[in-house]
Amino acid sequence: MKLKSLALAGAALLSLVAVGPGVAADTIFYPHLVYRSGAYAPNGIPFANGVADYVAMINARDGGVNGVRIELEECETGYATDRGVECYERLKTKGAGAIAFSPLSTGITFALTEKVPIDKIPLQTMGYGRSESADGRVFAWNFPLLGTYWSAADILIQHVAKISGGLRGKKITLVYHDSPYGKEPIPVLQDHAQKHGYTFEAIPVTHPGVEQKAAWLKIRQTRPDFVFLWGWGVMNSTAIKEAVAVGYPRDKMYGVWWAAAEPDVRPAGDDAKGYQGLALHPAGADYPVHKDILRYVYDAGKGAGKREEVGEVLYNRGVIDAMLKLEAVRTAQKLTGKKVVVGEDVRLGYENLELTADRIKELGFEGLVTPLKITCADHEGARKARIHQWDGQKWVFVSDWIEADINYLRPKVEAAAAAYAKEKGITPRSC
Amino acid sequence: MIYRETGQFRTSYAEDQAIFRLRQDKIGIAVILAIAWIGIPFFADEYLLRAILVPFLILAIAAIGLNLLLGYCGQISLGTGAFMAIGAYAAYNLALRLPALPLLLDFLLAGLIAAAVGVVFGLPSLRIKGLYLAVATLAAQFFADWAFLRLPWFTNYTPSGSVTAPPLDFFGWVADTPREKYFVCLAFACLTALLAKNLVRSRIGRSWMAIRDMDIAAEIIGIRPMTAKLSAFAVSSFVAGGAGVLWAFVHLGSWEPLAFSIDMSFRLLFMVIIGGMGSILGSFLGAAFITVLPIFLNQAPGLVGIQLSTAMVSHLEFMIFGSLIVLFLIWEPHGLARLWQIGKEKMRLWPFPY
Repeated sequence: MKLKSLALAGAALLSLVAVGPGVAADTIFYPHLVYRSGAYAPNGIPFANGVADYVAMINARDGGVNGVRIELEECETGYATDRGVECYERLKTKGAGAIAFSPLSTGITFALTEKVPIDKIPLQTMGYGRSESADGRVFAWNFPLLGTYWSAADILIQHVAKISGGLRGKKITLVYHDSPYGKEPIPVLQDHAQKHGYTFEAIPVTHPGVEQKAAWLKIRQTRPDFVFLWGWGVMNSTAIKEAVAVGYPRDKMYGVWWAAAEPDVRPAGDDAKGYQGLALHPAGADYPVHKDILRYVYDAGKGAGKREEVGEVLYNRGVIDAMLKLEAVRTAQKLTGKKVVVGEDVRLGYENLELTADRIKELGFEGLVTPLKITCADHEGARKARIHQWDGQKWVFVSDWIEADINYLRPKVEAAAAAYAKEKGITPRSC
Repeated sequence: MIYRETGQFRTSYAEDQAIFRLRQDKIGIAVILAIAWIGIPFFADEYLLRAILVPFLILAIAAIGLNLLLGYCGQISLGTGAFMAIGAYAAYNLALRLPALPLLLDFLLAGLIAAAVGVVFGLPSLRIKGLYLAVATLAAQFFADWAFLRLPWFTNYTPSGSVTAPPLDFFGWVADTPREKYFVCLAFACLTALLAKNLVRSRIGRSWMAIRDMDIAAEIIGIRPMTAKLSAFAVSSFVAGGAGVLWAFVHLGSWEPLAFSIDMSFRLLFMVIIGGMGSILGSFLGAAFITVLPIFLNQAPGLVGIQLSTAMVSHLEFMIFGSLIVLFLIWEPHGLARLWQIGKEKMRLWPFPY
């Protein structure tokens, strides 16, 4: 009896697989790898909502990109590399074909970097991913727009060198997520240590980062002048709480732009006051693009999240991520003359992407993003960030835009990219 | 009726010692192999091959590895993920540092290195048993996690700690399309299953089972516990190491130590327990249950046209999957393989059960 019902249930489940809804062919297919569950959900959710709302707004306001509707489909990765790869395989051929992927995870980015050249789909990693992929001659399909971790490390060093008047004899400690994400900035920070004459120490924190007692006890012993935090998800708020526990001043702590958002500081309450971090872009919902999102999406009751969460740091990052992708689509449409573009066309769009100040204003992003220009050789486009500080309620800027030193970083990027090209047998394109 | 053995006489030793003695079983396995080797490659799309079948086959190999140790020799191990990692990083380093070696030899040597490490971490099994041994094998897991995260030599000093596999070049034949990769995994899976099946029917396998059932009795009848236990650890780690190489080289292409974390060890343990301890078929069924079912549950609401939010779907996936594990263990503690066995018994009597 049990066996029979089991067999029947199995058959019923299998029959479900046969039917599935179709996707219209005259739409652009926008795949989106998200994590709305798991240890990194507090940070994954606002980003995913920003993307979903911006796409919904473009569909509602303009009827899509140049009149072609955008079909967005989310796939839950839980920040796990193998599930991310599964999601990528699931979505890459759906609809007309995926335009581009943004996995929001360095681990998934590394895995997909091997796959996208074969499938001819660009990989947009805005503010994360492999730092050497800024070299477009080797990494033709990767677009680490707006800044890599090497740029971030360089900007942070520039800032602390400026405020403390030189770093000679100082101590800097990096507390990092023990994954490719956290390890990315180490070579640049080590290299700078020799140049600037500070002592550098890196303390790893194991995934998911709720256990950091040992790391902070070490910090209490060595008393570094600055602590850089390269964490993600629950690790960031835990780090701030541990800093309080060992009495390390929060205003000596600097988070990378993934460790400087509301979900990182709010759980620590008032103790987080004074904590600083990099900002790729400001927070706030007073920009024209937010007015449109609220009007076309939230007033229609179709918002992906809560109304009051619109304008948070990671929400805005999601909006910018979606905007850059759709601008690449728009450029691709112009270049190819096609209405429905796929990955291969969008790569062309990225390589010719140019956002001038006028265009940014037209899009309603004035003040949110700085102008950028992607070329065949430079896939990063812009490498600027500001420092902002948490005042207990909101983020306030404490510095102007700081630009990473391209003359210092570019040779390192090129050397690392050349090593990768040699290992994989890639002949760099001539740009 | 369907499974009746009446009229099938075995007239030679070879027939009597065949793996599949029943005509029905022979036809069944031939059909399954034909589907796997001919049917699926022709009809499956890229998604099915790359995202479902390849990981399923690789984890089935790893589950066979653990099943040899846990199901046949009765030694609990929580270090299978570590042995997979050792295999993967050994193959990576061999390919990187000795480029003259053919890739297939790298795979084999990587398996042997994993086997050697497995023997070392299997030594405590001579003195401790059961749950205590599980804790001791946990050391292998932590050791591998630590070594591949902290000793930069293993990852060739890459700044991010993430390494990339070389192309899959087998004596000039490069497997890069999903179908070719599927064939590579299928060939390894068939080979492993065949070897494992024959091994457990041989003297070594029987000595493992004797140790599993009662080690003192086994010792008295002349089985040396040290040889039996350590050979089980060696073979199990060899197979797990091979699966690790495939997981890294064929499935992921680029990986970090997190790909072989303790989660992987637990997943493999669940595969063996749910699939059926002491059964090669059970390893395949368990691997299918643990790898394919969550993906299916994740897509099921969309397939029947129910629109749910991504977060809701993923929470439902966890809840249903978890409750299914519990229910299966209550209904059939001996695993899916036992269910299949009961099914065969029923088919033998059908349609006149008594």
